[in-house]
Amino acid sequence: MTLGLINANPVVHAKKERVARTEDPHGDDAVDPLEIYDFVRDIRDPEHPYSLEQLSVLSEESITVDEKLGRILITFTPTIQHCSMATVIGLCLRVKLQHCFPPHYKVDIKVSPGSHANEESVNKQLNDKERVAAALENPNLRQLVDECLYSNEL
Amino acid sequence: MLKHAGAIWLAIKDAIYNSIEEPALSFTSESLVGLGFQENEIAKEALTLLQRVIVQNDSLYLSLIVKDEDINMILNTITIYESYNDIYLQGKLKLHVVGRFLSISARSSIASCNRVFESYFPRLMEILGLPVKNLSGDHSPIVSSLISKRLNFGALYLCIELLASYRDLTAGSKEIASKSISASETCYSMLQSYSNLLTKAFCSTLATSPQDADIYFAAKGLQILATFPGYVSPMLTSEFESILITFMSIITLHFKKTLLWKLSLKALVNIGSFIDEYHESEKVSSYMGVVVEKIVSLVSLDDFTMPFPLKLEAISGIGTSGLSYMLKIVQGLEEAIYTNLSEFYAHENMKSPDITVWLLECYSNKVLPWIHENGSFDEVLLRFPVNVWSQIESHVDFSIQVQEMELLDATMTAMRHAVAFCSVESQNKIIQKAYSVLSSSSFFPLKEFTSLTIQFQLGGLQLAQKIDNLSYRDEWILSLFASVVIAARPQTPIPNLKEILQLFMTTILKGSVPAAQALGSIVNKLGKESNELKISSDCTLEEALETIFRTMLWNSHDNGAVMKCSGTNNGSEMSFADSCLGVVNNNLPQIHAVTGLSWIGKGLLLRGHEKVKDVTMIFLEFLLENNKADAFPLKQNSLESSCELDLHPSVIKSAADAFHILMSDSEVCLNRKFHAVIRPLYKQRFFSTMMPILQPLIMKNDSSLSRSMLCRAFAHIICDTPLTPILSEAKKLIPIILDCLSMLNKDIQDKDILYSLLLVLSGILTDKKGQEAVIENAHHVVNNLTKLIVYPHMMLVRETAIQCLVAMSELPHARIYPMRIQVLRAISNALNDPKRAVRQEAVRCRQAWASIASRSLHF
Repeated sequence: MTLGLINANPVVHAKKERVARTEDPHGDDAVDPLEIYDFVRDIRDPEHPYSLEQLSVLSEESITVDEKLGRILITFTPTIQHCSMATVIGLCLRVKLQHCFPPHYKVDIKVSPGSHANEESVNKQLNDKERVAAALENPNLRQLVDECLYSNEL
Repeated sequence: MLKHAGAIWLAIKDAIYNSIEEPALSFTSESLVGLGFQENEIAKEALTLLQRVIVQNDSLYLSLIVKDEDINMILNTITIYESYNDIYLQGKLKLHVVGRFLSISARSSIASCNRVFESYFPRLMEILGLPVKNLSGDHSPIVSSLISKRLNFGALYLCIELLASYRDLTAGSKEIASKSISASETCYSMLQSYSNLLTKAFCSTLATSPQDADIYFAAKGLQILATFPGYVSPMLTSEFESILITFMSIITLHFKKTLLWKLSLKALVNIGSFIDEYHESEKVSSYMGVVVEKIVSLVSLDDFTMPFPLKLEAISGIGTSGLSYMLKIVQGLEEAIYTNLSEFYAHENMKSPDITVWLLECYSNKVLPWIHENGSFDEVLLRFPVNVWSQIESHVDFSIQVQEMELLDATMTAMRHAVAFCSVESQNKIIQKAYSVLSSSSFFPLKEFTSLTIQFQLGGLQLAQKIDNLSYRDEWILSLFASVVIAARPQTPIPNLKEILQLFMTTILKGSVPAAQALGSIVNKLGKESNELKISSDCTLEEALETIFRTMLWNSHDNGAVMKCSGTNNGSEMSFADSCLGVVNNNLPQIHAVTGLSWIGKGLLLRGHEKVKDVTMIFLEFLLENNKADAFPLKQNSLESSCELDLHPSVIKSAADAFHILMSDSEVCLNRKFHAVIRPLYKQRFFSTMMPILQPLIMKNDSSLSRSMLCRAFAHIICDTPLTPILSEAKKLIPIILDCLSMLNKDIQDKDILYSLLLVLSGILTDKKGQEAVIENAHHVVNNLTKLIVYPHMMLVRETAIQCLVAMSELPHARIYPMRIQVLRAISNALNDPKRAVRQEAVRCRQAWASIASRSLHF
């Protein structure tokens, strides 16, 4: 159990300019990576008052979606190699996407290759349904996730 | 302060270097400050401070600036990078800052301007590769080859900043103008020597460089050079014209390069308005010759290389640079319109009417309003309508094969706008001219009445076959005359009013909507002249209304349910009612009649005349057609109904839609622009009179057809009433609104009115008073909204329905909690909606409703 912050001095980047989307009045708008990115970019980091976008944990390129199959794949990059907040971040992503998409969408969340020391076990943990459900039943964890997701509304 | 000058300067520098924010705005046709980097508050204040201290003590600060190492270093490094894109980001920032410093220093006074020019200008010219003018005044032949070389961007930018400051200094301040800058001033003499070379260099950059940054600054440079006041820098006419010619050739030839085109147009407009404002008469005549005349000739040319809409954009832009230019341009436009119209009438040269339509649209939407705002010259405004009418007069036979509705509409719009801007005297002339053309057409004498009656007596089948038996020329004349009447001021008398009323009533039955609108305008404005100008028209309002209603009025003394005419006109048995009843198999005249009556009603409603009640009663009668008299208080002989109104549903629907015409704002007639007489708060008044009548009718009504029609009428009224009176009646209205929503859900044709009604509901839900009213009916509201979430025909309906649900989530917890699961289930389907906007609203809504009951301690 570490006492201090895992990463005390993160590198903060500027936020990318938000582009207003022009809607096509006649066609249907397919779900594209930017749409998903808009949902997740403002999720707050568990330790710092910055968004995942600002800490370069997430980027638009790290998201792929296949609308027909109903699959989303997100890859994120924890700020340091031994980050134990990685699982919390992954949990936040999963909860947020659960709220934003219909239940039939399958979401895969992974850390980007080579970015974490325990990459394989973290990936396994993040995509295990039972472990995710168990985590969400933990009130402390639940509270932390809610804070990360909805901090701008509080 | 003097002691601390050095420290102040350092502080300013620091503040600015640290406060400029990326990213830089890109080069578009909007003007940028410096290189387009955004300066936050700190930077702005620092620059203001710099301005102030320089004004207080220019020599001291200018020495600091001139000797500053940073600035000199930057000047040395810009020579390394040729083009804007090569410069790295920090370098761009520094260049921007240096430009701002130099600009602010130079524009504070002539002395400082001199100093800055002295220190920097020669160096910049050297970097740009422009040779010094030798004593004899001519340049060596090396000039042309040097100029075709690419200009160094950094030097270009800084040079422009210096020139701009000098120009703003001279053009802005009148005191300096009166002092008349002498030739001994450094900046004056430098500009003199280099202006020719600079002009050539900028022109060639515009022509050759592909980069946005170069184009932006070269255009700006040329514009600045052309807009120096004459007393400051007497530019040769040939130089000035060469600048204009460069821009004009870009406009006519290089229209595919959007940014270049837009910048050139903007520059020309600025130059034009500058020389107009400063009364530089020589330059004005050059401008007229090179720019204005050329651009007018473009419009008449049958040359299709340049897209026509672009030509019109250029011509209207240049027109706005000055009144004298616009007057010339409007002449050219009108000529083009007349030529095209006369070709159309004579059916020569099967061109598409698109060009004429564009010309007319440019004329009505851009040129006319501008002229009106900038001087309103009656002679100019009067010309167009009179000439159009003369043209029609001279073309006695139209050989057009097909009625071009778009062209007719565009001509009507132009006619309306032109007449609306005219004064009463001019309108008088126009209407007299129009009437003379009208009276020589086939409409007069009005023998139509008798022939119509005969047809009715024969069973009316002939009328059924060809309702619209107006010739093309007649339709044009009628529609254009109607347009003139629509735009007339209340004080303008209409010649032979009784005849005109008959004409309009006949043509209304044939389906002419402009005639209906004109009749509405007449009843709206008649009799409203002020007491001083007692213009005697041959008919007062009361007489006119009597004529109209005599032919249409409900005779409640005979069989109550029968619509029968009692009055006759000139002995002929023509009556509106007969026309409705006689032609049993054909609904069109009835529908036309209802349309006519609704425009008349609108005219009366706007002015607050009490006859509007009679009109609405007629409509309500139609809506209640299946009802016997018991529901309706006006009927007396309720039991006798020997001749029932057997109205086709489409006629009843048109009666319901009549309320839409009554309440909605029309662009085409009966609005402020066309001098309508409008009593304040007429909508609220109509709403308050109609609601007590409609509500009980809807509640008690059993017949599904009349209930749905009454709901329709209700919806039309509600959608156009302002929100405030609705909110005060919200409790009573909500159940009916919900009924209407579920009823309108079915037909795709109803999507617009459904959307408007939903907007009313959302207005109620987002207001405190409205929310209180909704609480009791919350369950019904939610049921209704969940059905609308899946409305397939219009995305806005789905989106608004979801937004309404979000608003509902703010109601008291006890009331909405029971519906939580239902809403969440419905919303999870909407997460899958094909439209992104709907999906995003659904996410918000889901979050709002999920969080009203959560285990988390935070909510």
